[in-house]
Amino acid sequence: MSKKRMTLVFVLVCLMALVVVGYVSGVKDQRLIMATTTSTDNSGLLDQLIPAFEKGRNIRVDVVAVGTGKALELGRNGDADVLLVHAKSAELEFIDNGYGVNRQEVMYNDFIVLGPKDDPANIKGNSDALAVFKKIAAAEAAFVSRGDDSGTNKKELSIWKEAGIEPQGSWYQETGQGMGASLTIANEKQAYILADRGTYLAYKDKIELEILSEGDPLFFNLYGVMAVNPEKHEGINYDGAMEFIEFIMSKKGQEIIRDFTVSGERLFNPLNL
Amino acid sequence: MEYILIGIKNALELILTMDQEVMQIAVLSITTSLISSLIASIIGIPIGFLIGHYDFKGKRIIITILNTLLSLPTVVIGILLFAFVSRRGPLGDLELLFTSKGIIIGQIILALPIIATLTLNTVKDSESQVVVTALSLGASQQQAVLMLLKEIKFGVLGAVITGFGRVIGEVGVSMMIGGNIKRVTRTLTTAIALETSKGEFGFGIALGIILMSISLIINFVLHHFQAGGA
Repeated sequence: MSKKRMTLVFVLVCLMALVVVGYVSGVKDQRLIMATTTSTDNSGLLDQLIPAFEKGRNIRVDVVAVGTGKALELGRNGDADVLLVHAKSAELEFIDNGYGVNRQEVMYNDFIVLGPKDDPANIKGNSDALAVFKKIAAAEAAFVSRGDDSGTNKKELSIWKEAGIEPQGSWYQETGQGMGASLTIANEKQAYILADRGTYLAYKDKIELEILSEGDPLFFNLYGVMAVNPEKHEGINYDGAMEFIEFIMSKKGQEIIRDFTVSGERLFNPLNL
Repeated sequence: MEYILIGIKNALELILTMDQEVMQIAVLSITTSLISSLIASIIGIPIGFLIGHYDFKGKRIIITILNTLLSLPTVVIGILLFAFVSRRGPLGDLELLFTSKGIIIGQIILALPIIATLTLNTVKDSESQVVVTALSLGASQQQAVLMLLKEIKFGVLGAVITGFGRVIGEVGVSMMIGGNIKRVTRTLTTAIALETSKGEFGFGIALGIILMSISLIINFVLHHFQAGGA
């Protein structure tokens, strides 16, 4: 029994030692925390961009995928080093208030309105964003909102506002979750939803919703990248952030964005090629 | 129904082929949970023993506080800790946000009251029987305490394993403090939440099966020890 116990203790000690060694050796390189939107992460674009950036550099990029609002908040608090987001007016405000520097416009795609095949609000083929939103509200057809202060959510709210509608009632439901999660929920509920095209294409095979409205200039979706101002907080990896911005704006970074496709379709269009 | 079967099939494939990403996530989960429950045990067991064994002023209040902490939701720990370790928070300079160290700290806070309370209860249960009997049979105070320590070891082991079970299954702290960063802080639970939101049931179910297997193994081990000791 005591021999058995000795063996057990020995094994446990070895395990712990392994763990500690693993931790120490796991800590390497410089760390760059990127706060970004769920749309860039869920679509799979970052799985292409980040390894290409890390290659040959001593930097490890840690992606925290949250909505644009939360990403900007992380930047304001100094909890992220670089931001890749999509809500131009909020971004400019962020820069104006001195929280961010060196904002660049990276790429764009567009928003689309998805909905169930039977289209209860009868919006199919209508490219007028305001008319579409008015129709959905008038029909009180189920609509899923991200409700998470993300870029997509900001865009959706601005369209409601411009349409002169204050969305409320049981037909309007806020998930408080990322793009992918909200798409999944909208699909389960057979509801309308405003989505970015990138995430939609990445999810197309997993959901039954269809594109019912697209093409309005209001649906333009611009992505910006910026570094968090190192003067606001200590310990910001400013150099790493600048290096990443330089990379994503470079020919190589932009080509990765251009060549990133899901089942043959391009998800994001580079702006600097 | 079909997608569930496909999910389970994918899950088995991922597990049998030891898919690198799945393994990495599982190892990270087990490591953080092991470290946090170990540290929580080192602190919690003595606390539980002292409170259970000795009488002092304010004992009842401390027990009430511990019992309250037992039901503290993980997201509450997550948000409180977040406020402290954010760069603008009082502990911001330690750079714990979005690291596995941060997750471990949150999990320690989660496991500590569980381990302390369960140890305390074990001590209280055995106290009257063991100590009173030992003393009445002529043992010294020191001998009686030694007897008590021997008697409670399986209860304490149960406390540690309950603590481990709680932290490996929690999602609030890991999500908020860890940030679900791929390869760095993505644990079994946060990965399951993410994969489900992405509609990737196969991957999610694979992780779920691993998580359940871990609990099963832990319970087997515990049972083995307790049966062996009886």
